[in-house]
Amino acid sequence: MEYFVQQLINGLTLGAIYGLIAIGYTMVYGIIGMINFAHGEIFMIGAFTSLLTFLVLGAAGISWVPLALFLALAITMLLTPIYGWTLERVAYRPLRGSPRLAALITAIGMSIFLQNYVQLLQGARNKPMQPIIRGGFELMREGDFVVLLSYLQIFIILLTVGLMIVFTLIIHRTALGRAQRACEQDRGMAALVGINVDRTISLTFVMGAALASVAGFIFLINYGVIDFFIGFLAGIKAFTAAVLGGIGSLPGAMLGGFLIGLIEAFWSGYFTVEYKDVAAFGILVLVLIFRPTGLLGKPDIEKV
Amino acid sequence: MGDTTARTPAANPGVDWAALAKESVLTALVVLGLSVYMIGLKAEDVTGGLAIITRYDSVAIVTVLAFLLRAALVLVRSGVYLPVILVCGALAVAMTGLLGAWWATGEEMSAYLPFGDPVVNGLLDLMLIALAVRAALRLRASLHGPAKAMTQEEKEAKAARFVKNFSMFAGPALLAFALIYPFLPFVDRFYLDVAVLVMTYVMLGWGLNIVVGLAGLLDLGYVAFYAVGAYSYALLATNFDLGFWVCLPFAGVMAASFGLLLGFPVLRLRGDYLAIVTLGFGEIIRVILLNWYQFTNGPDGISGIPKPTFFGLPLVRRAADGGETFHQFFNMQYSTTDRIVFLYYVILILAMVTNLFTMRIRKLPIGRAWEALREDEIACRSLGINPTNTKLTAFAIGAMFAGFAGSFFATRQGFISPESFTFIESAVILAVVVLGGMGSQIGVVVAAVILIGLPEIFRDLQQYRMLAFGGAMVLIMLWRPAGLLAFREPTIRLWKGGGKPEPGNEKAAAEAGP
Amino acid sequence: MSDTATAPLLAVDHLTMRFGGLVAIDDVSFVAADRQITAIIGPNGAGKTTVFNCLTGFYQPTEGRLTLTHPRKGPFLLERMDGYRIPQEADVARTFQNIRLFSQMTVLENLIVAQHNRLMRASAFTLAGLVGLSRYTSAEKKAVEKARYWLDKVNLTDRADWDAGHLPYGAQRRLEIARAMCIDPVLLCLDEPAAGLNPRESHDLNRLLLSIRDEEGIGLLLIEHDMNVVMEISDHIVVLDYGRKISDGTPAEVRADPAVIRAYLGEEEDEELPPAVAEDLAAEKTHPERPGGEGA
Repeated sequence: MEYFVQQLINGLTLGAIYGLIAIGYTMVYGIIGMINFAHGEIFMIGAFTSLLTFLVLGAAGISWVPLALFLALAITMLLTPIYGWTLERVAYRPLRGSPRLAALITAIGMSIFLQNYVQLLQGARNKPMQPIIRGGFELMREGDFVVLLSYLQIFIILLTVGLMIVFTLIIHRTALGRAQRACEQDRGMAALVGINVDRTISLTFVMGAALASVAGFIFLINYGVIDFFIGFLAGIKAFTAAVLGGIGSLPGAMLGGFLIGLIEAFWSGYFTVEYKDVAAFGILVLVLIFRPTGLLGKPDIEKV
Repeated sequence: MGDTTARTPAANPGVDWAALAKESVLTALVVLGLSVYMIGLKAEDVTGGLAIITRYDSVAIVTVLAFLLRAALVLVRSGVYLPVILVCGALAVAMTGLLGAWWATGEEMSAYLPFGDPVVNGLLDLMLIALAVRAALRLRASLHGPAKAMTQEEKEAKAARFVKNFSMFAGPALLAFALIYPFLPFVDRFYLDVAVLVMTYVMLGWGLNIVVGLAGLLDLGYVAFYAVGAYSYALLATNFDLGFWVCLPFAGVMAASFGLLLGFPVLRLRGDYLAIVTLGFGEIIRVILLNWYQFTNGPDGISGIPKPTFFGLPLVRRAADGGETFHQFFNMQYSTTDRIVFLYYVILILAMVTNLFTMRIRKLPIGRAWEALREDEIACRSLGINPTNTKLTAFAIGAMFAGFAGSFFATRQGFISPESFTFIESAVILAVVVLGGMGSQIGVVVAAVILIGLPEIFRDLQQYRMLAFGGAMVLIMLWRPAGLLAFREPTIRLWKGGGKPEPGNEKAAAEAGP
Repeated sequence: MSDTATAPLLAVDHLTMRFGGLVAIDDVSFVAADRQITAIIGPNGAGKTTVFNCLTGFYQPTEGRLTLTHPRKGPFLLERMDGYRIPQEADVARTFQNIRLFSQMTVLENLIVAQHNRLMRASAFTLAGLVGLSRYTSAEKKAVEKARYWLDKVNLTDRADWDAGHLPYGAQRRLEIARAMCIDPVLLCLDEPAAGLNPRESHDLNRLLLSIRDEEGIGLLLIEHDMNVVMEISDHIVVLDYGRKISDGTPAEVRADPAVIRAYLGEEEDEELPPAVAEDLAAEKTHPERPGGEGA
């Protein structure tokens, strides 16, 4: 039981990261129907931006933890989306209306480019960072085994849930959200009724990148070490999460993220760490075989 | 970050300075935003953690350059050609000269150049040249007047004709070149190695082309079958002492079986779902290879994989069991390049088999059904074509060729480990297919030479290699979204030449009525 | 026109199709005779295309039975067959409302693909074809001849080597019919074949459909909005509205059926009715709001 609770907490933390990245995938997929393969790199850039901010703050002597966290988060969410915006502007927008595979290839190309760009500018070595938030509650104890809920994990889960709420409100309550949902349904029609489609798509990338950058921030403070390659696996897992939840569905992305996180945590906890990726993908395959559009995806009746 | 969409030259060459300023400032701001952290700061490893170092000079230079280049681009767009040509041209000449001197003398010239790194300077130089050329082309077009300027459609038709002719004649020419390649004077061991590598990717590209180009199934885990082929051969050869040629068919069959195994449950999925599942499958295979230590030797890989023989004659200095070797049999001097030449021909033959197979099967019902399936699955079903079986055959046959290529890879390297079979390999193979022009056999060759051959030759630029690779993928796709040599030859014609109407690249003007 | 002793080729019994809570087809039964043209008409959203999709295996009907009595092979229960097996075994062909050609393949290739199953057997599932056995070459030659026959019929022979996607709209419609005929069907289902055609093209279409009925001797099932086409060539008309059958009979009977007239008055397209009848009933009550159709 104690072990179970510990894995549950770990899984939720990991799931928060996947869920936040998955939202970006699912939104972009919903609006322009492409897999933004470079999205994982945006997450990685977010993690690097956070790291650099913490270092700058450290050098500037700002050591009050809440302020440091707030500033790092704000700066990351401000700067990383510029990459998301540029990505769409440079690599995807000129290809709208081209064969879908073309955009997929530029996405993979951008992913390789961004990885190497960061490697070149920041070095290939691991970047370790001191933990920022320490301590936590002791939830329960059995013999030597202590279930710990750290302040860090509380912070992460609160942050994620808060962001997801804000984000859902944006999608459902604002003009931008309406424009976005309109573009998802029919871009041509949306343009006809006066929605600026280009701007809406750009903003989608910006929002997706902002959430991914928060995921990067969380990754950094949770695991304390990053490198230029973290975007790849996290990106793939997050995309898996988006598909698992039903691509195009926002609640699906969050659900899928948490599910993948939990599957990994429990698999590692109870079976083998080595095969946790196999478990995640295996469950994806199973879900898709029985529910081809994912857990919360709309069942698509074939239009003939 | 420039706006790459081509615009028609403005009829009235008046410059809207306000727009110019706005666009340039915006570009500069975006570049500033992009660079202020990633370029401006670096987390440097020091003892006991990380320290921050700043490079704000580079940020400033990059931002100013972005402003200027964007402004020049806007000027070209609004019809100001000569000043742009002169300024950019002069700067380009100067930079080229300095860089040339740097390269020739080895003397550091960075004091006179904006960046400390020659490659970054070279990139800037290229951008200047591109700008000058663009302006010059526009200038020429404007001098010839609008009548002479080709419309977009004419340009496309011209490109299509070129691609068609090129595809027709380049095939035999390239094959002839490939046949004599090892004996060309400049070809040394390095170039042979590069050619073997390129040829491996050509074969993989042709194999994947069956799946992606013909059948239209987006497979992001193709490398898994490559791995299955490689490990099948490696394990058979090292455990049962079997030779390459005996194991080759078996490796193909193994890979094809894996194709069936994976394809059966997932080929009902459409488009991107299939993509992610195949990607997942690729990762699963890799993780299993990595962790099933007893069977695959895990991350340490398998070494001592035997080389192929020439009809039983080993290409070694001295045969292990006192038997005859290749050079003894043919009474030649032993040379280590022989082995590589031999490997080169082996992969050439394997690749050509793949190619001939594909060309042949395209003209068979199954091949036509693949293409039809790519075009419209629903229509296929309405014609009684079983989509699942048809897709499965494409998947399995594609996998089989990957298996062949995999066993070749194993025998060439003599050592394999899971590290060789990562997702990036799948991405590269897919890029070869898509960049070449989906379904185009010759396109695969051209793309493989560009994507695999060139980076190998420029290995000196180690650190920029993958950066350029990713960048090139993006740029080529932006330049030709349908691929470099997108051209489809019909599998059958009713009119075999003669005066009958040719199929139109041009659209039918209007139907005269039946 | 019609022969009273024609055998029922297709029997639709109590067909019902529900999508979630939406009833697209509600207990529809009708019969289509061999060597006759049966038209299904009805306002938009009446469930016509859904009937087709059930018949050709794209949807699994919620309830009901679809029996095809093949003149040579005997009865087939279509609702129990996988989609691709309906054309393959029961020889039912169809076209689509939004033309579905293999647009990057040539016109001829489109027609050859339609003969896939026969050619597959001839090529011994690719093996004989790979080594170029004469059995396959002659089968391919025959396939080209058949394609040629249909190309002549739909007047596309000159453009046989064009990409299908480059054909003008009317020619694409004809090609799709030719392609469907290349599977040698006993029942040809046409989903709005006259949509988007000009009067002259639609006149030619009538001739083509009549010749398919008379020369090939097969049954045709037709969804059509163009009443000129329907009234001129149909032997038998089934009228659907809101997924229910409201009328069934010869063109003359249907034209006179008050239920049909009422159904059509809800539509904005008044030209679909003979104007005299429309005027008669113009004062009658308009149609109640429909609960969202399936988008036929």
